Amino acid sequence: MTSDVVADEVRVCRLNDLLPERGSGALVGEHRIAVFRLADDRVLAVQQRDPYSGANVLSRGIVGDVGGAPTVTSPMFKQVWDLATGACLDPVGKEPVDLRTYPVRLVGDEVRVAVTP
Amino acid sequence: MHSEGTARTGPGRVVVVGGGMVAHRFAEQLAARTDAGEWHLTVIGEEPHLPYDRVHLSEVFAGRADADLALAPEVWADPRVDLVTGDPVVALDLAAQTVTTRTGRVEPYDALVLATGSRAWVPRTEGVDLPGVLCYRTLGDVTDLRTWVADRAAALGRPLRGAVVGGGVLGLEAAAALQTLDVAPTVVEFADRLMAVQLDAGGGEALRVLVTDLGMDVRTSAAATRVVAGEDGRVAGLELSTGETVPADVVVYSTGIRPRDGLARAAGLVVAERGGVVVGPACRTSDPAVWAIGECASYEGECAGLVAPGNAMADVVVDQLCGGVKGYSKAADGTKLKGVGVDAASFGDVLALAPGALEVTFADPVAKTYRKLVVSDDARVLLGGVFVGDIELYSALRPMLGRPLGADPSAFLAPQGGGAPVQTDVPDDVVLCSCSNVSAGTVRAAVTEHGCTSVAEVKTCTRAGTVCGSCVPLLTTVVNRTLEKAGIAVSSAMCEHFAMSRAELYALVRAEGLRTFTEVVAAHGTGRGCAVCRPVVASILSSLGIGHVLQPDQAPLQDTNDHLLANLQKDGTYSVVPRMPGGEVTPERLLVLAEVARDFGLFTRVTGAQRIAMFGARQDQLPAIWRRLVDAGFESGQAYGKSLRAVKTCVGQAWCRFGVQDSASMAVRLELRYRGLRSPHKFKVGVSGCARECAEARGKDVGVIATEKGWNVYVGGNGGFTPRHADLLAEDLDDDRLVQVVDRFLALYVRSADRLQRTAPWVAAYPGGLEELRRVVVEDSLGIGAELDAEVERHVSGYVDEWRATLDDPEKLRRFTPYLNDPDAADPDLAYVPQRGQARPARPGEHGHHDLRVARTLEEAPL
Repeated sequence: MTSDVVADEVRVCRLNDLLPERGSGALVGEHRIAVFRLADDRVLAVQQRDPYSGANVLSRGIVGDVGGAPTVTSPMFKQVWDLATGACLDPVGKEPVDLRTYPVRLVGDEVRVAVTP
Repeated sequence: MHSEGTARTGPGRVVVVGGGMVAHRFAEQLAARTDAGEWHLTVIGEEPHLPYDRVHLSEVFAGRADADLALAPEVWADPRVDLVTGDPVVALDLAAQTVTTRTGRVEPYDALVLATGSRAWVPRTEGVDLPGVLCYRTLGDVTDLRTWVADRAAALGRPLRGAVVGGGVLGLEAAAALQTLDVAPTVVEFADRLMAVQLDAGGGEALRVLVTDLGMDVRTSAAATRVVAGEDGRVAGLELSTGETVPADVVVYSTGIRPRDGLARAAGLVVAERGGVVVGPACRTSDPAVWAIGECASYEGECAGLVAPGNAMADVVVDQLCGGVKGYSKAADGTKLKGVGVDAASFGDVLALAPGALEVTFADPVAKTYRKLVVSDDARVLLGGVFVGDIELYSALRPMLGRPLGADPSAFLAPQGGGAPVQTDVPDDVVLCSCSNVSAGTVRAAVTEHGCTSVAEVKTCTRAGTVCGSCVPLLTTVVNRTLEKAGIAVSSAMCEHFAMSRAELYALVRAEGLRTFTEVVAAHGTGRGCAVCRPVVASILSSLGIGHVLQPDQAPLQDTNDHLLANLQKDGTYSVVPRMPGGEVTPERLLVLAEVARDFGLFTRVTGAQRIAMFGARQDQLPAIWRRLVDAGFESGQAYGKSLRAVKTCVGQAWCRFGVQDSASMAVRLELRYRGLRSPHKFKVGVSGCARECAEARGKDVGVIATEKGWNVYVGGNGGFTPRHADLLAEDLDDDRLVQVVDRFLALYVRSADRLQRTAPWVAAYPGGLEELRRVVVEDSLGIGAELDAEVERHVSGYVDEWRATLDDPEKLRRFTPYLNDPDAADPDLAYVPQRGQARPARPGEHGHHDLRVARTLEEAPL
């Protein structure tokens, strides 16, 4: 591994494989992640596992915004997270648990997700 | 405010002994005083946790983390406050004005507040010291209970049986907690009924029926005479005074509490005969520098067993330390059962012991509810109430204790009344929220003087409704009425993106012909929407025939159920429920269902709506499962959407000796007519072939019951959280007229109901009531009948089967790929264990098998 590589980067899909404002699941090594394409074609990635139910379902949540920040709502118990930072914005009466986020890079029409060691 | 403006010296060094809910309240109130002068507070608790909400202890079993119970921790960050945990106070020195903790910490005080609470009391019975005999009072007890159950179940290799001694509120909570740990509980109560302190004989009996339905075994008029040990020296059973021995691998005692007054006693403070540090209305003890609050204090010979009086006492002492003159008086009592899964609540003179008191009772053994009001001899003043099975009236009436009811007591209890027509304005001095001791006047002032414009803001401002939550319905009524009187519109905003209700948005989208979410949000909203408004817009577009649920630009609006056309279950897999109109299925198709379920290993069960549901389908398996079902002639059952779920029916004239109309054919006709119709909430229809009502049609949103002359149609029935029988809308209709009336009723509901508002509350809130609804729907008084008919006709003619349409479209099939970059990988976290010949998701700690088909062939752990 050369010294300028700071993370394992994996090609996940092409941009057009993703529906705007909808999530998809992807496997990046051991990591199960949820990849979201926003209306402006920005792509963001967070962990797939819903910390409240333990099920791997976050890619199936509804995308939206809270005060302009892009969000996803868990389809299970409706907690809301900021997709860019992983911060839990509405824990629905539980203790807030943030999500792990993954850096995404668009190279041409390729969506690449990095897993920092 | 004092005009002289001189600074007081303040309370000085204050020490609170005890780190419970009342200590937290004390710290919070003191920190909130802006007129307090100089002070420093030290709170010393023996438990290792931050002060936590003991009232909601049982929620820990429902998955709430221990830390979630912590009471607002901000107060401990106040530089004037020190919190000591895990270090009990062992001695008070009243002369030197110091307290000493077990680790040797010596804390001097100017004012000392005892808030040591109470302990669980266990009678001296043989065997209570055996391993496996536990209490249910603290977080530590909860941890012990869980650990014991987990270890014992592992050691014995079977589910456990348990016994709870004491059938009071806490005992029932403990029994429910055991159930969540898969322990079958028996509740043993010395008195002749459950919750003997809070309920009368009728209420106790109603509660027994309800908890027995939940799977608890109940023995009343029975004392626990001995805890029996097994061969290994651990608890194995409980011997009762009836001679019976109940087998039990764990025994939980919940036989009452005793005030913890040991420190006070040792220091020489006066304690009451029945225990507790004696205090007067100032909550001051026999030493003028020492106060006692909460369950350790004895006021007028009694110790409080609830948090509300403790909080009131804390407020009183804070006020005095700040130079005030507040005194404590007993607040309205009242108890509500929580976390057990059945409702029971009471307040006031439950047994009608006051001279001349009258009891007005309504018991419905079918609905399993019991309601009683106790009133003065002239039937005017409310003295108490008992509610079991349905406690809606409890929060509305408890604040009226000791006041004129304002209406005939029976009007409150009558089943049709439902509390709606009789609603009196709550006087200002009535305590609305007794946990936080907030009066109706304070709530109104929050709106009129402090500018609150919503229930949420009033909660933050006054703290009303933030502890147990039972007053929230009444709080909402008072807040909304005050807002209306002040000329402030009660917000009907759906979310931050749309400042209007669903019905208003529906009318706008319809009038302006908007076709996409982007158009709708550009015209009437802000931002990119959320999980609240997006599905609402999708539903509106779908109901109007503008945007179908399968249209590509609708995909980002749909809830996962509508997106994947199946019902999300707890482990992330889906259930599949094919349509079976009228509940009929041919033997050939039944075989197909069986083969599909077998081949995919799906868990199969018959639903309450006479359909066959198959559980455990992975996202990626759904298309393959549908392909086989669709090929056999099945259609999407829409069991996933906010739409028609099913039409339940009896066999009717076709086979039944008593049927007077062909209910099954009518059910099939209605189900095929309304299949796929998106609406504000799911809705259900029932058709019965005679007045025997075997289809339970009156429990449905639309209920149709055959008569000799035709069909009667009922609307607004509901199962679920707030069960309700439907009301008669029209009588003796012929087939076509029936369909027309149902069309118009549903179209009107789709147009004008709120988001997630079911038909029962919609009908109840319809302006002008059921009479007006009848005029509009049956008599077409507004002249919109033809319009409503056309809306349903457009839906019927535009219907396509959603499963088939998905299978025919390769683009849509890509939604079902679980991992974009590895289409063949399935979710490796799924795990299943065998149960009764099938397989269900593994629970935490269970070792499951990844493959459903394999899991169902494994050997089941013995019972």
